[in-house]
Amino acid sequence: MELVFRFFIGGCMVSIFAVIADVLRPKGFAGLFAAAPSVALATLGLTVASEGKLYAAVEARSMMAGAAAFLLYVICCVYFMGMRHAKAAPTTFALLTIWAIAAFGLWSFWLR
Amino acid sequence: MLIKIDLSSLHRTKWHDYLVRFLLGGAMTVLAGLIAKHFGPVVGGLFLAFPAIFPASATLLDKDQREKKRKAGIPVTIRGRLAVALDARGAALGSIALGAFALLVWKQLPSHNAAGVLASAVALWMAVAASLWRLRKLHVYASRK
Repeated sequence: MELVFRFFIGGCMVSIFAVIADVLRPKGFAGLFAAAPSVALATLGLTVASEGKLYAAVEARSMMAGAAAFLLYVICCVYFMGMRHAKAAPTTFALLTIWAIAAFGLWSFWLR
Repeated sequence: MLIKIDLSSLHRTKWHDYLVRFLLGGAMTVLAGLIAKHFGPVVGGLFLAFPAIFPASATLLDKDQREKKRKAGIPVTIRGRLAVALDARGAALGSIALGAFALLVWKQLPSHNAAGVLASAVALWMAVAASLWRLRKLHVYASRK
């Protein structure tokens, strides 16, 4: 039941930010919402309720490494999509490995 | 450049586009929770900034742009890919703001009211993202002169 609730809250948060991004113009500004803290907001809120504030704060610390990896990921997307005109679906999905390498690299050097 | 609200775009977005985002968002929130439960909050926290929605949104954006051009009689175009690159540029600024969001939550959550900290963190994310976007615009205008 908890997983269903988590799924619903996460889906709602992402949808709210997606609607805000859709109605905002110019499109470049709306692009900011592609990195909105929707999943983080849902997860941290639920984590505070179930595990407490200290546990959620530890998650937020790791999230900084995740955000740095996210930045590297989108820089690669800008390069491959904007300069190389690569196909959107395979490129953006394949580049998730860059996120994983960067995130776990930061985890092993900084967080572990 | 002014930031505007264009409600007409809501009619143009297909309902299944929202459904995909809802499902991905829900799945990612469940996954982040499960990872934290099995591997601890240090590893779980990484996934709070996992770009789960971006590839799906980029694919939909590319498809939408290609469809528009196809209807206008242009079968081959890179417009969709350029639109994704523009979206990714915005996301780059948003991800820096995401780091600021996480920093505020990390430092303030243990000693303050959780709802207040999360609300402040969202406000900080918006302020940092909008400021970076404005700075980038000013830089672009200045370099054109």
